[in-house]
Amino acid sequence: MASSAEMTQEENNWGGGSRPLGSRYGKLMMWFFLLSDALTFSGFLTAYGLMRFKFESTWPIAENVFTHFPGLEGDQPLLYVALMTFILIMSSVTMVLAVNAGEKMNRKAVTNWMLWTIVGGFIFVGSQAWEWYHFIIGDSGAVETARQEILHIYNDEGERLSFSQVIHGMEEGHASNHGETFSKAEVLAAMKSNEGMYLMEPGKAGAAFTHETSVAMLEAGDVVQGANMIHNEYGQKQFANFFFFITGFHGFHVFSGVVINFIIFYNVLLGTYERRGHYRMVEKVGLYWHFVDLVWVFVFTFFYLV
Amino acid sequence: MSDHNGTWWIWKVFWILLVITGVEVALGIIKPEFMLTQVIGTSILNILFIVLTLIKAAYIVQIFMHVKFEKKGLKYALYLPTLILIPYLTFILLTEGSYLFQ
Repeated sequence: MASSAEMTQEENNWGGGSRPLGSRYGKLMMWFFLLSDALTFSGFLTAYGLMRFKFESTWPIAENVFTHFPGLEGDQPLLYVALMTFILIMSSVTMVLAVNAGEKMNRKAVTNWMLWTIVGGFIFVGSQAWEWYHFIIGDSGAVETARQEILHIYNDEGERLSFSQVIHGMEEGHASNHGETFSKAEVLAAMKSNEGMYLMEPGKAGAAFTHETSVAMLEAGDVVQGANMIHNEYGQKQFANFFFFITGFHGFHVFSGVVINFIIFYNVLLGTYERRGHYRMVEKVGLYWHFVDLVWVFVFTFFYLV
Repeated sequence: MSDHNGTWWIWKVFWILLVITGVEVALGIIKPEFMLTQVIGTSILNILFIVLTLIKAAYIVQIFMHVKFEKKGLKYALYLPTLILIPYLTFILLTEGSYLFQ
């Protein structure tokens, strides 16, 4: 045994004594993994910021892109993503409650809170799938010029028109195409017949074109509906690529988090940690799950708010 | 942890996160005119969003991920690389990437 004077000295070594980090191997490794993952995500988000600054004037505004809410008609900007954020924060809270119950060796409470965390994770991944689906099938449709620029159709009152409204008229058409596809010939004919329609660049400071130039541009170009890696009706292609990549990478983290949570939940049910005498595994997956929430906080800000 | 009793501290952080998110969404929908003034390359509103995000992140890391209650050594091992490398990465990419604008 060391003398008490030596002990005090040791304890003072950065506060952890002979175990300077005061943490077990598994937890430490989880932390270092999360650290490297944080750097990866910050690289992605910074690259997004760089591209966005480059195309600032015509970059799609997220609240004009993600406007749907299940079961509600019309424009509901930010509401759906706010709900997703709420669900993820909530499942992070149930995770802390699970870890907290684990420290008290309360198996029933750990089981209960782990289950809620898994449910929250599932709802989040499902919501993201729904949002991807709507992003991919598209909303209003757009014209892509021969120079691969995206332009949106407006009428003489300055209202943004969907293809449905361009072709079926303002009364009959829907503000969203609702999965209906339109050909270039149909849109071109409708545009030619209405002098008031013109094309405008998306974004905060997009330029508008005259009716004649607009018709000529559509004749040389094509119509696009929805978004994928090659075409993006909302504006800059880069926007869709970054959206798929960053929310996809985050969504994969959520998905793998749900799988890992499920494995731990199953072990809790089997009583593995009760026999082991501690619930440190729950703490470790808890760290991963909070990290997923942490990343979403940043994705939410930089993709949807800023 | 022995220094926590009950679960009130978890719910406290939950309400803080919820209120901040609510404020962010409300500001994102309303976009008050006076907050769109441009300062250092972006609007006051955007700077406010980033500050609120960092506050949320701090609560998640400090309380939910328990870093506040860890040993000083572990705190340094986690905070120093993050707080040095991420601002550095952002700075170097955004300034060195400025040739894209020419």
